[in-house]
Amino acid sequence: MTTNGIIQIILYLTVLGLLVKPLGSYMAKVYQGESLLITRVLGPVERLIYRLLGTRPEEEMSWKMYAVACLLFKFAFFILLFTLMRIQGILPLNPQNFPGVAPDLSFNTAVSFITNTNWQAYGGESTMSYLTQMSGLAVQNFVSAAQGMAVLVALIRGFSRRTTSTIGNFWVDLTRSFLYILLPLSLIMAIILVSQGVVQNLSPYKTVPLVQTINYDNPKMDANGKAVLTSDGKPVTEPAKATEQSLPLGPAASQIAIKQLGTNGGGFFNVNSAHPYENPTPFSNFLEMLAILLIPAALCYTFGRMIGDRRQGWALLAAMAVIFIPLLFFCYSSEQAANPFLSPLGIDQSGGNMEGKELRFGVANSALWATATTAASNGSVNAMHDSFSPLGGLAPMVLMQLGEVVFGGVGSGLYGLLAFALVAVFISGLMVGRTPEYLGKKIEAYEVKMAAIVILVPCCFVLLGTAIASVTADGIAGISNPGPHGFSQVLYAFSSMANNNGSAFAGLNANTMFYNTLGGIAMLFGRFWTMIPILAIAGSLASKKYVQPSAGTLPTHTPLFILFLASVVIIVGALTFFPTLGLGPIAEHLMLYK
Amino acid sequence: MINKKKKSSLFDGRIMKRALIDSFIKLNPLNQLRNPVMFVVEVGSILTSLLFVQSLFVPGAESPWFIFSISLWLWATVLFANFAEAMAEGRGKAQADALRGSRKDVNAKKLSEPKQDAGVTPVPSSQLRKGDYVLVEPGDIIPGDGEVVAGVASVNESAITGESAPVIRESGGDRSAVTGGTIVLSDWIIVQITANPGETFLDRMISMVEGAKRQKTPNEIALDILLAGMTIIFLFATATLLPFSMFSVAAAGQGNPATIVVLVSLLVCLIPTTIGGLLSAIGIAGMDRLIQANVIATSGRAVEAAGDVDVLLLDKTGTITLGNRQATAFIPAKGREINAVADTAQLASLADETPEGRSIVVLAKTEYGIRERDITSLGAKFIPFSAQTRMSGVDLNGRQIRKGAADAVAAFVTSKGGVFPADVTVTVDEVAREGATPLVVTDGKDVLGVIRLNDIVKGGIRERFAELRKMGISTVMITGDNPMTAAAVAAEAGVDDFLAQATPETKLALIRKHQAGGKLVAMTGDGTNDAPALAQADVAVAMNTGTQAAKEAGNMVDLDSNPTKLIEIVEIGKQLLMTRGTLATFSIANDVAKYFAILPAVFIATYPQMAVLNIMGLQTPQSAILSAVIFNAVIIIALIPLALRGVTYRPGGAGIVLRNNILIYGVGGLIVPFIGIKLIDMLVNFLHLV
Amino acid sequence: MLKLIRPTIVSLFIFSVIAGGLYPMTVTALAQLFFPEQANGSIIMKDNKPAGSSLIGQPFDDPKYFWGRPSATAPFPYNSASSGGSNLSQTNPDLVKQAKGRIDALREADPQSATQVPIDLATASGSGLDPHISPAAAEYQVKRIAGARGIDESAVRSFVAKYTDGRQFGILGEPRVNVLKLNLALDQAQKL
Repeated sequence: MTTNGIIQIILYLTVLGLLVKPLGSYMAKVYQGESLLITRVLGPVERLIYRLLGTRPEEEMSWKMYAVACLLFKFAFFILLFTLMRIQGILPLNPQNFPGVAPDLSFNTAVSFITNTNWQAYGGESTMSYLTQMSGLAVQNFVSAAQGMAVLVALIRGFSRRTTSTIGNFWVDLTRSFLYILLPLSLIMAIILVSQGVVQNLSPYKTVPLVQTINYDNPKMDANGKAVLTSDGKPVTEPAKATEQSLPLGPAASQIAIKQLGTNGGGFFNVNSAHPYENPTPFSNFLEMLAILLIPAALCYTFGRMIGDRRQGWALLAAMAVIFIPLLFFCYSSEQAANPFLSPLGIDQSGGNMEGKELRFGVANSALWATATTAASNGSVNAMHDSFSPLGGLAPMVLMQLGEVVFGGVGSGLYGLLAFALVAVFISGLMVGRTPEYLGKKIEAYEVKMAAIVILVPCCFVLLGTAIASVTADGIAGISNPGPHGFSQVLYAFSSMANNNGSAFAGLNANTMFYNTLGGIAMLFGRFWTMIPILAIAGSLASKKYVQPSAGTLPTHTPLFILFLASVVIIVGALTFFPTLGLGPIAEHLMLYK
Repeated sequence: MINKKKKSSLFDGRIMKRALIDSFIKLNPLNQLRNPVMFVVEVGSILTSLLFVQSLFVPGAESPWFIFSISLWLWATVLFANFAEAMAEGRGKAQADALRGSRKDVNAKKLSEPKQDAGVTPVPSSQLRKGDYVLVEPGDIIPGDGEVVAGVASVNESAITGESAPVIRESGGDRSAVTGGTIVLSDWIIVQITANPGETFLDRMISMVEGAKRQKTPNEIALDILLAGMTIIFLFATATLLPFSMFSVAAAGQGNPATIVVLVSLLVCLIPTTIGGLLSAIGIAGMDRLIQANVIATSGRAVEAAGDVDVLLLDKTGTITLGNRQATAFIPAKGREINAVADTAQLASLADETPEGRSIVVLAKTEYGIRERDITSLGAKFIPFSAQTRMSGVDLNGRQIRKGAADAVAAFVTSKGGVFPADVTVTVDEVAREGATPLVVTDGKDVLGVIRLNDIVKGGIRERFAELRKMGISTVMITGDNPMTAAAVAAEAGVDDFLAQATPETKLALIRKHQAGGKLVAMTGDGTNDAPALAQADVAVAMNTGTQAAKEAGNMVDLDSNPTKLIEIVEIGKQLLMTRGTLATFSIANDVAKYFAILPAVFIATYPQMAVLNIMGLQTPQSAILSAVIFNAVIIIALIPLALRGVTYRPGGAGIVLRNNILIYGVGGLIVPFIGIKLIDMLVNFLHLV
Repeated sequence: MLKLIRPTIVSLFIFSVIAGGLYPMTVTALAQLFFPEQANGSIIMKDNKPAGSSLIGQPFDDPKYFWGRPSATAPFPYNSASSGGSNLSQTNPDLVKQAKGRIDALREADPQSATQVPIDLATASGSGLDPHISPAAAEYQVKRIAGARGIDESAVRSFVAKYTDGRQFGILGEPRVNVLKLNLALDQAQKL
């Protein structure tokens, strides 16, 4: 690790920490319906939306109603998005004349975007029309994020309310998240990104001549667009000359701003934020990284403020940091280390592991991005995780396998961590000899059951998906690297999809019927079978009375509890995934340093 | 101190023998279904047994001897868990047997009406019904639960309480309840039966200790769910290991996929068998500890609730102060003779059998030479104390002699047209300020003076309350005294709050007030007028000496009738939860070492570099797996004493208790299995078991 | 339940119009107004004709040009229509093979350079379009450029220095040399 690298990381963490309170406090005010400058300006729009929707802020919902609204809303968008992709060929704003997207890829992509996963089995610049990107995918970036935040707010109400049967109005929480938080932040960020060189236009791709003509071997294609192979299985090539370059353009900045802020991560271009048009400078990189963790971190403060005990919010943030920071430095030091396999070649490896990394970011920023994007369920990348060192790749994989609760998705990360907190409170409550209470609410069998589901479902789908893929021909066919790393590719893919992250070991060829279908199912369960139990917990908590804390009540804002909570998260993840990590990254690491 | 009477050793030979047999009976899968964790182990045991049989005929990847060893130890795991449960139940059963011995069918002397000279019909006790009257004479066993309606007798209740000293039972007042199975030693009583056969206190007690009515408590259910959830996760983690190992073998081009035996072993080691196997034993043992403390709870739920109590309502008398307040002085009103005060006070107290009343008579005799007189020969009529008048005394030749609290006497005097002297008010306040209790003596409307009663606060009680405060439990002293007296005693005893001049209504209101604030309230009570408050309290301990109404309103009965017991009950409740929590933590923490034992063993042939993960240096893959399985089984046996005794509870703030328990059971749970598995591995190889 | 049908359907339109229409159009308008050059791809103009983008690298294998980082895009390196990395793992024999091929080519082209090959010249970038190399990688090639173009090494170095960017704001990122701009500048200078 270099001094400058460590300074950049500390600078990042400091700026992030400083923004938590102002943004968190602002979001709390928004959700509590307080009057602010922006709510006065945009208030008429908000009220117009309610009028069109036919709802009023005072119309409260039970948890079941809230859950049904969530599901209906997403189902409708799924249909819309799926249709849009299928028929994009005949719709406008398609200057490259891309045809309709294949059904399995459309299913996978639609699910991926409505679940805030943004797993991309396609290359953006070679598949999606501007219309699909803008009014399909980018819209999902907003609403899936807003939905996660709405569910979190409903859960917070469960904690702060006493003996009521309602947890808020979904449409109102959704609208406020969108209108007052995501939209203004995205607008500001998009403009700053453009200033750094991120493209934003509606022009067709621009062709420019190459300074130097390049000779290359072009693989021969048959009539069906398939590579022609020689008798021993190698592709037949013919010499070709490249004289020009086609620069991909489009409305990228507007989409990148929200994909970073809303922990979506779906890139405009194939290589996501490693692409110079998505992430041109170190400053744009800093800003995009900041946007990854900004809202998830600030929501902790929002939580503390809304339940009337800020220390609780800080405690949750601290528990996240306790897990995140060591893994960040673990990743960074692993990436900075030389690759023993390259050592005999006489390469100066002081620059670290640069395969798949961009020079302008270097190792420190790539490791920081990789851990931040997997800690939050963002999934965007600025370097290719597949080419990370085994342990450098283990860090992001573990962060996803922990259930995307270390920062996690906007809203969903914190509500996931709260499910872990319920379990931690339950166990520690037993250990101090008292029926467990959290934030004045008694934690009983029902809450424990729902929290167990929230924790269980993603774990099971990671294991199940990886298991199926590792023994079926279709699954194995997608693997591009040999040995344990091939296993890591599959494991990473399902860790990412079932936990709604979206990043990938991109060598895996996931755009097949098999991965599109199985992955789509994992994403659906990973999102909604955590969201529904969380709403059930919200409903159950809201109906309980408040229990005054006493000296016998376990305080949940102390360093002891913070460490205990972090341990519970780590132990559940470690015990579930230790064998798989052993067969993947750990076995690969041991091969490297035999 | 309280346990001395019926304390039995943890491993009583007879109980162990019975438990051993029960362990096998409990192998019935229907029985195991109640406990998902152990059910999985049993299924694993059956599966490995079948694999063993198969391996005898079809040679597979693992040797039959290895499969046999694993299978044997998996069965042992189930048996050990059964044994723990049977041990816990056995202790209850032994006690139930002893109780059952005292429930003999006796011949009762049924009376046609509640008069001693009414006709007696001999009837077997099993035919007595609610409302029947029976006569019980010296040497008779009381045939059923009931209320004394006439007479007074000394009764040996040792069959129920274990206390051999006889107690007085008499009609009226708070000592009228008798229990079936106890023996009248002297005099006679007429008892109205209040419970049909099979519903008596003894019956309830037997079914309670036998665990026949044992239902899972709320926290137990929640923990069960969590354990089931973990079991599911581990089921996925081990089941998927088969495809993962197949892939790895193909990728590495060497080794063999994990076998079913090994995967079952890994699964059993990972799922929380330690806590799963001991969970019901912990619950039963908790009830048992309560019984050891001579308290009978009506449900496990009540025991659990005891651990959650926030507020203890404690009667001053008997709990905080020694039961007997002593009269220490007579203070005459202005213009009265001190001897007249002493004389009248003694008259007023002649029929008063309370320790206070006796001490007044004694003080008058020793200090002022006034001899005790017989109330019946004087022709005086005794006016007993009532909660409404809050006075007692005698009516003698038209004189109405009363003693009582100042405000009660003042009301009495005023109603007679008299004036309560101002100097007496001053005296009363002074006495009260000193922490003593002033009783005013009056003869009709003439107020004679003040009797000073001194409370004696029990030794060590102050420290006890300080401990409770650290545990987050606040104490409220309940007393009929006036506020000033109450404040002085409260200050001396160190309680957090007090309720002075308590009446059943104010007690009930106090409980409701605390409950509205989300707090759990515990109290003790014995009188019928305590019944509403007992029914309202979350944890209500009725004194065994108390009335039937009080016993029915409470959810626990203290056979020793010791109000201080409440504190002990709270500790037992906390201990019960803590034992579950700490063993669950221990169980999960153990998994880390088991992974380090089994994973390298399974994959070393595929990835030889995995040898570095064998940090314990276990000798062969087979011995590593077997050692982990053996450790997993043996730890259950090793922890039975802890499960039955409960973890040690040291009062302290929640944070400190948590820190200590995490250090002992969490960190300890990480380290212990590394050592244990290594030792077992050495032994296994030394004995050539694989 | 029926009460939820209307808001569900209406919300599709509202959010699509605002997030999918108004928002990107607003950003596009503001971007074109304030930062037209960046918004349209940071195109480098040569003789009033576009000659590439300052953000997107181009392939070079002529000895007179500075070579950029290896690119894994298909079918030819630096194909900006199809960005992508190699996604080779550290233990993949192909990675070692490819690195060896690149190093051998560099060694052959720069026999005078005694130093070890900097890692960025041996490894492919994530995007395949990385426009930069490290100052060390530029230094490694200076002798070759000077020889091929017949100019002083110091002159080449001064060009390199001119197209080297330090860390942004002195802290962020890594020092780097823009290969395309540097090569264009060298061509421009020799033409005169």
